[in-house]
Amino acid sequence: MPASSIAAVVAASRFGFAPKAGELTRIAADPRGWVAAQLNQRSDFAPGDLPRSSEMVAAMLEARRDKEERPELKERLRTTYLGEIDARMRAAILGETPVLERLTQFWSNHFTVSGLRPFVRGFTGAFEREAIRPHVTGRFADMLLAVTRHPTMLLYLDNAESFGPDSMGGQRRKKGLNENLGRELLELHTLGVDGGYTQADVEAMARILTGWTVAPLRDGNPGSFRFFPQIHEPGDKRLLGRVYREAGIHEGELALYDLALHPATARHIATQLARHFIADTPPVEAVERIARVFRETSGDLRQVTLAVVHEEHAWRQPFAKLRTPTELVISAYRAVGIVPVPGQAFNMLKMLDQPPFLAPSPAGWPDVASAWISPESVVRRTEWCQLFSERLADPPDPIAVMETVFGDALPEEVQQAVRHAPSKRAGLALLVASPQFQRR
Amino acid sequence: MSTRREVLRLLGGGVAACGCAAAGWPSAVLAAIPGNRRLIVVLQRGAMDGLAAAAPLGDSNYASLRGGLALKPPGETNGALALTHDFALHPSLAAIHPYYGKGELLIVHATGNGYQTRSHFDAQDMMESGLTAKRGISDGWLNRALAPLQQGKERLALAVGGATPLILRGALPVASWEPAGFHQANSGFVELVAQLYAGDPLLGPALQEGLKAQSFSTGVLGDDAKSPDMKGAGGFGPKAFKPLCEAAGKLLAAPDGPRVAALDIGGWDTHVAQGAESGRLAGNFEGFAEGLDALAQSLGAAWRETVVVTVTEFGRTVRVNGTNGTDHGTASLMFVMGGAVKGGRIAGDWPGLRQLQDDRDLRVATDSRAAMKGLLRDHLGLDASLLSSRVFPDSAAIKPMDGLLRA
Repeated sequence: MPASSIAAVVAASRFGFAPKAGELTRIAADPRGWVAAQLNQRSDFAPGDLPRSSEMVAAMLEARRDKEERPELKERLRTTYLGEIDARMRAAILGETPVLERLTQFWSNHFTVSGLRPFVRGFTGAFEREAIRPHVTGRFADMLLAVTRHPTMLLYLDNAESFGPDSMGGQRRKKGLNENLGRELLELHTLGVDGGYTQADVEAMARILTGWTVAPLRDGNPGSFRFFPQIHEPGDKRLLGRVYREAGIHEGELALYDLALHPATARHIATQLARHFIADTPPVEAVERIARVFRETSGDLRQVTLAVVHEEHAWRQPFAKLRTPTELVISAYRAVGIVPVPGQAFNMLKMLDQPPFLAPSPAGWPDVASAWISPESVVRRTEWCQLFSERLADPPDPIAVMETVFGDALPEEVQQAVRHAPSKRAGLALLVASPQFQRR
Repeated sequence: MSTRREVLRLLGGGVAACGCAAAGWPSAVLAAIPGNRRLIVVLQRGAMDGLAAAAPLGDSNYASLRGGLALKPPGETNGALALTHDFALHPSLAAIHPYYGKGELLIVHATGNGYQTRSHFDAQDMMESGLTAKRGISDGWLNRALAPLQQGKERLALAVGGATPLILRGALPVASWEPAGFHQANSGFVELVAQLYAGDPLLGPALQEGLKAQSFSTGVLGDDAKSPDMKGAGGFGPKAFKPLCEAAGKLLAAPDGPRVAALDIGGWDTHVAQGAESGRLAGNFEGFAEGLDALAQSLGAAWRETVVVTVTEFGRTVRVNGTNGTDHGTASLMFVMGGAVKGGRIAGDWPGLRQLQDDRDLRVATDSRAAMKGLLRDHLGLDASLLSSRVFPDSAAIKPMDGLLRA
């Protein structure tokens, strides 16, 4: 097995999903270059006629006011939700830019919004399209701002209803602060839990963000971002030792910019990236190198991602990461070049405990094997592999698929098991169940 | 389907090592769980509002600080349920109120878990690891506690739900169960996969264990095990808690079944529209209390020697926030329930609401580790010095609580 072929398997499966037919040979010429080139390309994700978030937020507000609208909204939510999943799956399974799809899913998970709070269910997919996708190879500061002012995030983490206690609106309506977004912004989105902030900083962040909310129905553009000065907490705020002079919406913009460039943020993001692309417990020196690039480029995510790609650790140990259920399902379908029928991906991912856009908390889905592997879950993964092969209308030759995905990089006993399987379906199920396909 | 006898045997069969050696326990401390005792730990994820669960109606600062979230006194319509002169239970916890009267429900109020953080994720990690700083967490305190009690190859402990929670992860192998039932792979295929996993340190043992657990639970629960709708997306909410408790009770009641279990219930993070006697939190309490009642019922005769203990990662702010909810606080409370419990009372000091932690939270009066150590010592017969060194490291200053159980 030539080293270049192993590197091709790593490039395709670790930085994308599984290779699709013919891809491995093309990658083998220059595996790192194949990954790097996509960082300059446009994603071939196609949103079709999926609605903008403002449209769905307005529909949700409408239904809150008018009960008769609810059944109709419910149906619209369902079709939109399933449509978002299918569009996302299609790009990841058939597309030529799997690296951009993986980055999108990584950042979407970093900035989790979850339909577990049912009122945001209709526009979690739109959040990913509008606030994440445009920035995955752009500047972290831009993504942070887009995310924080996005109606889905403002509603999901309650900021839309947070009032400056001393603001005109807060006084008049006797409403006050909600620190949910302020806290998660520091803990999860930027500095990280060990990033050196205090409870006072959490409250200051929440005060700075008062007034960042969603335009109501009577507004000209209902359901979009709106800053309301009359509910913004007046006065100067002190965050991480720096005083932010009263400046309405600009306080928040400035604070987010400072947070995006903070060294603790660089370290936190570098750790997350290294954990995702290198190992559950990534080498400290790799994290440090990636963090340095983040600092030196002021969070230029193309450069930061390149630093991960050029990290030797990412290539040294094939199959170091367990595939999450989402990665497993996408990879299996990409390997056979077939898109699941509408709704099927959702059903499968629900069975495997990772329904899209429904992460259990703002911390997102876990990114380490120990969280995904339990006796029960391994049985289910095994059962799913068989289900996957049984649901294929016209199963391809498993030996050809094995070569598509691994070249001849599989251990002899796995190759033998697939070759000697009693049927095409059994062979495909075994290939997908193999310890190597379960990993990336 | 094989016979029940065979199925029960499967749970314990074929496990290579009991894990005690791996955990490094001195063999002298190995001892079985005494009698027919059972221990169930319920993790309330999201930070339960202890002041809503057992309200200090007698505290002179309660009504003014709690504002719109204050409960009405016992006797009024939708009033709280009487406990002591000064405390009353949330009306939606009605399903467990009778246990208090029977002396089978004890409340330890104003508890904290020995750390000061308002991050859910860190706090849950520490609550389950038994550490008080987030450094190198890899196994759970319940797993470490059970290691010296393992005898033979039967699985002592059961994780109810999806992935094994941190509290039960570690060197001691544990069983797990969750409502299955979308697809049963054929056994020939599973055998082939098992061969491929034979040399895989992660997937191999997990698959073996999972298949055993699956046969066991199907044997005990029959078709009850197949209820795919029980699981909501992303975790078990209050509605799923009752059926989970019922299943867990049956599995634990089986003569060869596990003796210790951990269950999860989420939905406690009530930042918005928490509600007083009705609303979001009330709905959670109802599901929670009905689940605990179902657990007691389904354990049958085994309830007499059972202890159920609940814990949450921290409490919530005393005052109402700007969105009629409560934000992350400090102290909450623990329920200790079961036939073995000396209940019908509230244990632990009451710190009062006059002086608050950081001018916002109920202060901690009792370290939850004191209660857990008391239960592990008196119910499972564990050695107190090991509890202070291995199970809850560096907790020698936290004395085990005495008298939680009937003599």
